[in-house]
Amino acid sequence: MRNTLAIAGRELRVYFSTPSSYLIIAVFLFVCGYGFGWSRTTFLETSLQGFLGWGAFFLLFLGPALTMRLLAEEEKLGTIELLLTAPVRDVEVVIGKYLAGLGVMSIMLALTLYYPVLLAWFGDPDWGPIAGGYLGFFLLGAVFLSMGLFASSLTSSQIAAYMVGSALVLSIWFVGHAAAALGDTAAEFLRRISVSTYFPAFGRGVIDSNAILYYVSIICVFIFLTVRSLESRRWR
Amino acid sequence: MGGGEIVGFLGPNGAGKTTTMRILAGFMPPTSGTVRVAGFDLLSQSLEARRHIGYLPETVPLYRDMTVHSYLHFAATIRGLKGSRRNHRIREVISLCRIEDYARTQIAKLSKGYRQLVGIAQAIVHEPRVLILDEPTIGIDPRQVVQIRQLIQHLGREHTIILSSHILPEVSMICEKVMVMNEGKVVAVDYPENLLNGLEKIQRIEIEAQGPPEQAIQKLRQIEGVQSVTAANTAETVLFRVECTPGRDYRGQLADVVVRSGLTLLGLKAREMSLEDIFLKLTIKKQE
Repeated sequence: MRNTLAIAGRELRVYFSTPSSYLIIAVFLFVCGYGFGWSRTTFLETSLQGFLGWGAFFLLFLGPALTMRLLAEEEKLGTIELLLTAPVRDVEVVIGKYLAGLGVMSIMLALTLYYPVLLAWFGDPDWGPIAGGYLGFFLLGAVFLSMGLFASSLTSSQIAAYMVGSALVLSIWFVGHAAAALGDTAAEFLRRISVSTYFPAFGRGVIDSNAILYYVSIICVFIFLTVRSLESRRWR
Repeated sequence: MGGGEIVGFLGPNGAGKTTTMRILAGFMPPTSGTVRVAGFDLLSQSLEARRHIGYLPETVPLYRDMTVHSYLHFAATIRGLKGSRRNHRIREVISLCRIEDYARTQIAKLSKGYRQLVGIAQAIVHEPRVLILDEPTIGIDPRQVVQIRQLIQHLGREHTIILSSHILPEVSMICEKVMVMNEGKVVAVDYPENLLNGLEKIQRIEIEAQGPPEQAIQKLRQIEGVQSVTAANTAETVLFRVECTPGRDYRGQLADVVVRSGLTLLGLKAREMSLEDIFLKLTIKKQE
């Protein structure tokens, strides 16, 4: 645990000492602000639908950008040898890195909290969908980050890590859209494995335990895969 | 391997030095066999074993955006040090490696030599029983090479050190024991002096003199133990190459004979077989 926190802490300091993370946060806030400010739902329904939709879509591109450096750079600079020869478990390394990514994403989300404040100032919003929306958004981001982290563990090139990470999150997001072209059973299956299927319900204030379970399972699978991938580096 | 020893791995590029060191440090698993460090098996009791290992890989594992101090703080933390002991050890290794002036400097701004010193500092911060250094003096300016060698010798009093190098004088200078590797196999393990004695079948002595060589050659050949004498004329001097059976010092007697033959003795030196020669001999023999 101490090791995990030490690694997460170091990683967070790196995030806030490099310009790219500020750029990612800035782009995120820009598109979310646009989604919030220009969506009719904001004004007609006093809801966060506009922000959630835009934010989630751009998270597909920003999530892998947040995680691409995490393990790829360790491999490139050789610092992975420090981590893997220290008395630290591989899983502690992976979770430390993951927590740092989650930390940055939480900060990104926290910076949008003035949207609900504005809603409450000018209207009378329904708090259920807002809370549900934030929970859904956080979980969705957590899924994307776990996939991005896995991608980062596969290569020493950040660009390659970004490409693989994007491919992973885009496929799990859009796989449901392929459903239309297929027969009933296959369509239902694809719809169910797509993370985008479950997301809108959060924004309506519906907290479905299946959805949470599904998101958390994906995270666990990718954390596990990352650990295995890190272990396999020892053999290469 | 015993405690408190400095062992040098010697071998040409690609001999398997780095791989061996990675295995010993627990970075790579061995394909066969076991490694035990401080009584712990490196595979089944990996974490305990790793606590006793300090490792400096060939590419120094530095986070370039951190300061020296925060980097050492991180290295100490993941090695399980905490609280006042951690701070105390960080101060200690900083002064031991003489990087006080750079403690608050960003690692990216340090020169190669200082980065190497920071790398050594991170490897010893948790007082490991075994210290593994992969090419610790590669690519550094000569003054710092001397400093790092002295540091390694100093550390050798408390730690067991395994270091690799392809610089032969370095290994013979610092290490008590030498392991010569080639193509992934250990070709020889011994003390540097024994390696020398074992392989030396001939003692070569070169004599530089002035004057007619003929008589001197005759007389030199008569000395007991001298196997062959050749003379090469240069513009003004003669260079005798004398090969003798090893076992005693011939130099005095040879000088005497040269002078008595009416030549002016200009120089005389015993050409000992260096580690270079041994190294070449061992690695070439292997290839044959």
